[in-house]
Amino acid sequence: MSATIREVRDAIRSGTRSAADVCSDALARIEQANPSLNAFNTVVADRAMARAREIDKDPDRWRSAPLAGVPVALKDNLCTRGVRTTASSRMLEHYVPPYDATVVARLEDAGAVIVGKTNCDEFAMGSSNENSAFGPVRNPWALDRIPGGTSGGSAAAVAAGLTPVALGSDTGGSIRQPAALCGVVGLKPTYGRVSRYGLIAHASSLDQIGPLARTVHDVAVTLGVLAGPDPADATSAAEPVPDYTAALTGDVRDIRIGVPRALLEGIDAEVARATDAALETLRSRGATLVDVDLPHARYATPVYYLVSTAEASSNLARYDGVRYGFRAKDDGPNPKDRGLRGMYARTRAQGFGPEVKRRIMLGTYVLSAGYYDAYYLKAQRARTLILRDYDRAFEQVDVVAMPTSPTPAVRIGERVSNPVQMYLMDVFTVSANLSGLPAISVPCGFTGGSGTAQAGGSPSSDGGLPIGLQLMGRRFDEATLLRIADAYERDTEWPTQPPLPIPSR
Amino acid sequence: MLAFGMPAGFTRDQIAAIAALAHLDLDAAEIDLFARQLGEILEYAEVVQQLDTAGVQPTSSVAGSHLSDRADEVQPSIDRDEALAGAPDAAVDAGFFRVPRVLG
Repeated sequence: MSATIREVRDAIRSGTRSAADVCSDALARIEQANPSLNAFNTVVADRAMARAREIDKDPDRWRSAPLAGVPVALKDNLCTRGVRTTASSRMLEHYVPPYDATVVARLEDAGAVIVGKTNCDEFAMGSSNENSAFGPVRNPWALDRIPGGTSGGSAAAVAAGLTPVALGSDTGGSIRQPAALCGVVGLKPTYGRVSRYGLIAHASSLDQIGPLARTVHDVAVTLGVLAGPDPADATSAAEPVPDYTAALTGDVRDIRIGVPRALLEGIDAEVARATDAALETLRSRGATLVDVDLPHARYATPVYYLVSTAEASSNLARYDGVRYGFRAKDDGPNPKDRGLRGMYARTRAQGFGPEVKRRIMLGTYVLSAGYYDAYYLKAQRARTLILRDYDRAFEQVDVVAMPTSPTPAVRIGERVSNPVQMYLMDVFTVSANLSGLPAISVPCGFTGGSGTAQAGGSPSSDGGLPIGLQLMGRRFDEATLLRIADAYERDTEWPTQPPLPIPSR
Repeated sequence: MLAFGMPAGFTRDQIAAIAALAHLDLDAAEIDLFARQLGEILEYAEVVQQLDTAGVQPTSSVAGSHLSDRADEVQPSIDRDEALAGAPDAAVDAGFFRVPRVLG
């Protein structure tokens, strides 16, 4: 079973284990579990072992590096020089980037051992990880259920103990929602906190990269490695990066937590119960609970789907079969298929999956002449109103708390035919992207109360599914989110291990 | 859902026109599916139209403190062969991406 970053670092520093031992264990677990989970698109075993041995060879150089010898999984929309990066799309099935994302370079500078690229929804579009061209990821707590999306492979890998930490990206909840549904911690940093250079773009005004891990401490360590300005991303922020682990004091007596009660009506009863219990735990630690009003929050999901699809349709225009990626085979018999434009249209038709096409279509429509003002511009004005709600709330409170997901993990296939039902899973997460605010999901219980699940997950059981509490904070105040989440974590003993061993096929 | 302003769904011709703008060669089944689904999504999004946004500035970016412009200095970048290496059809010796004919 995979340890935490802290345990791996302690073991390597004290000489009880080498980085190579830690790496080969992680690779063995991936080999055992991946046939059941489908969490990885690509595993780079040789590269990882070579890297781990390099770290073992020079212990002095790596002694104080925060991630030296720690196995890390990367969502497969983060570019890795020389390692296939697919975004879980046929369009990029054989794409090998000629450069590293800034976050990849920073992880490696900190000593991380990258073990592979995790499955996700195609181009990070979805809420369930069912939109991958390489098949759905399965939830380690119940293999018939979704892990959440879009960073589902990263969440499943961490939950199943394959790596202590993984990176995801979050455009409308894609780190936090799978973290909640898989029972791990996930953080979407403030927009601009982490460089997006080398992240395959979905919606550029919403995308952020962030960590998923089993403890708040490990998320804090990883954020410290990732955060900071980058000349290659003009939207990255120059704000100083604090020592996030120093914020983990356990003391929340000065904290005021806003609770948007009106927003929580009609959610799953067990999610409501777990959220209330978590807030009560924080209150008993000395935090103050305050009712807050977010009058425009109910517009957030439709606004998100107008804004994000518009940006996606523009970003995905680059996939034209010319410079890299897939190109459709030679011209068909129909004259309209011939030539450059026919090649574009057939390449995109064959290279993109249904959800990506649906969003390109919607985004193209809302940006088109005659509809731009009514849809796209209107949504951007509504985005301003949503943002102002939070500005007002943060005059009274330090954070706003709500569930991460309105329901626990649903069964694979349950919502896939109804886009609107699928989009409603994002109701609590999209506001943080529209406003650019940081938000964290921390495990706050399980369905069925007892927190135990059947081995391998029982298809007939609704119990034993993880639930996540979400905290949203002020711009660049990740430290307060981490402090509260860590304080809560100290008071809980939620099982952190899914009912492994996962039966290998 | 709403008594006004509901998009009445899309015709096949409308969907085909949007697909042409997006350079997507959709088949008949996809056109029918998207005609229905885009209508449903926009019907769901119609609630946004109820909002009074008079005088509200649009938000296109939430980037806070932008980094100032970089110094105008030559920085390392990938070379031409590397840039061409991922191309489906590259004329490597000439240093070009090759595409199907554009004219006639």
